[in-house]
Amino acid sequence: MQKKLSVRHLLGIKNITTDDIELILDTASSFKEVINRPIKKVPSLRDITIANIFFENSTRTRLSFELAEKRLSADVINFSASGSSVKKGETLLDTVNNILAMKVDMVVMRHSSVGAPHFLSRHVKAHIINAGDGTHEHPTQALLDAFSIKEKFGTIAGKKVCIFGDILHSRVALSNIFCLQKLGAEVMVCGPPTLLPRYIKDLDVKVETNLNKALQWCDVANVLRIQLERQTIKYFPTLREYALYYGINRSRLEHLDKEILIMHPGPINRGIELSSDVADSKHSIILDQVENGVAIRMAVLYLLAGMP
Amino acid sequence: MQKRKIFDNRLLQITLERLCYEVIEEFDEFENTVILGLQPKGIFLAERIKQNLNRILQKDISLGYLDPTFHRDDFRKKDSPLRPNQTFVPFLLEDKKVLLIDDVLYTGRTVRAALDAMITFGRPAKVKLLVLINRKYSRDIPIQPDYVGMEVNCMQHEKVLVELKEQNAESDNIWIITKEEN
Repeated sequence: MQKKLSVRHLLGIKNITTDDIELILDTASSFKEVINRPIKKVPSLRDITIANIFFENSTRTRLSFELAEKRLSADVINFSASGSSVKKGETLLDTVNNILAMKVDMVVMRHSSVGAPHFLSRHVKAHIINAGDGTHEHPTQALLDAFSIKEKFGTIAGKKVCIFGDILHSRVALSNIFCLQKLGAEVMVCGPPTLLPRYIKDLDVKVETNLNKALQWCDVANVLRIQLERQTIKYFPTLREYALYYGINRSRLEHLDKEILIMHPGPINRGIELSSDVADSKHSIILDQVENGVAIRMAVLYLLAGMP
Repeated sequence: MQKRKIFDNRLLQITLERLCYEVIEEFDEFENTVILGLQPKGIFLAERIKQNLNRILQKDISLGYLDPTFHRDDFRKKDSPLRPNQTFVPFLLEDKKVLLIDDVLYTGRTVRAALDAMITFGRPAKVKLLVLINRKYSRDIPIQPDYVGMEVNCMQHEKVLVELKEQNAESDNIWIITKEEN
């Protein structure tokens, strides 16, 4: 297996290789052991300073990155757009260059504009990690999802994974599709036609609008959140109707002749895309995903910090 | 390239047996004592020493694998990040006596990293270091072994090559390899 990543930045899954993904997953399993020790900290990145720059709201990803950085002994500074000079009209590049002038080695960035981290990676020397750019990519989420599936099944190749819900607004969906396909899984997307991107078939995924058929097909159901904050127009009549046709609940799962794994990147709209009895059931690995998220982010930071 | 054999199968067995009796002198019945093998090669020797001790003392002694990679001081001094191995320490070290085992002691940096990695599992009461081969006069930092299988004097351009059956070698052999100097 290769020893280092082929990239200096983690901008998306699309532009990294299958070997890169496997190196990250492999390294993450070492870090999963570290975060289960009595002392959950190693000194690998003690000479590195990392800026977490979040221009969009986040709970899980920001905490997960911050914890991963602290577990690796890096120095961490946090920046969120609200309450900053961005509100006074400072440009993205100026903001980041000012932060980098304080001798920062890596930048973890979430931004509402597609391609913002790519733009940044062309103009600054620091390593950039994309923590979500608009509706484009969210690579560490896809990596932790793949890690969680692999942990349960031992392999990803040949597994059938269906992504349910709001595919149109989801960066998790796109990164997951790239990642799962590179690792040899079959991918389906399922949701109301209005929430499926028009050219989704070009990505070589199966498309299904009937929830029961999709559930019957898959081994893993990765359920996405309905992103009401990104929906500027009405894509479905009411949340109640969405829950009725596309909500996954226990009775639907009991009608299947097999057991499937339930995943959700969070935050869950309980009772809309996923009912509470499914989210909290033994088939759900939602909290494993959160734990694995820290290990995956430690692996990404460790491997990128090792690049020139 | 010249190759000089310093251990064969038989000598290795005799040496490991002798080391076992030496550690029993110190640790007696191995009460409250655990063995930690250092990744990657120390774990194989640790396994063998554990089997010997189990046979001699008629009890099961706890063994863990410790990987010092994340605690090393040469991370990012090399072209690519150091690849970690598995750490498997299924017990706490708080107030335990610990026997650390590695194959070759050279600069001492691995052992220094291992001591750091070790204390993330608790504060041991006492730690002793056993190495199969001690390369003398080559230490970068002041770390010395307590039990030694063999002491060798090597030059910097010489390398100690450890081949063990556990790594699919045909038989156990340890060599000193001298690269031709240009």
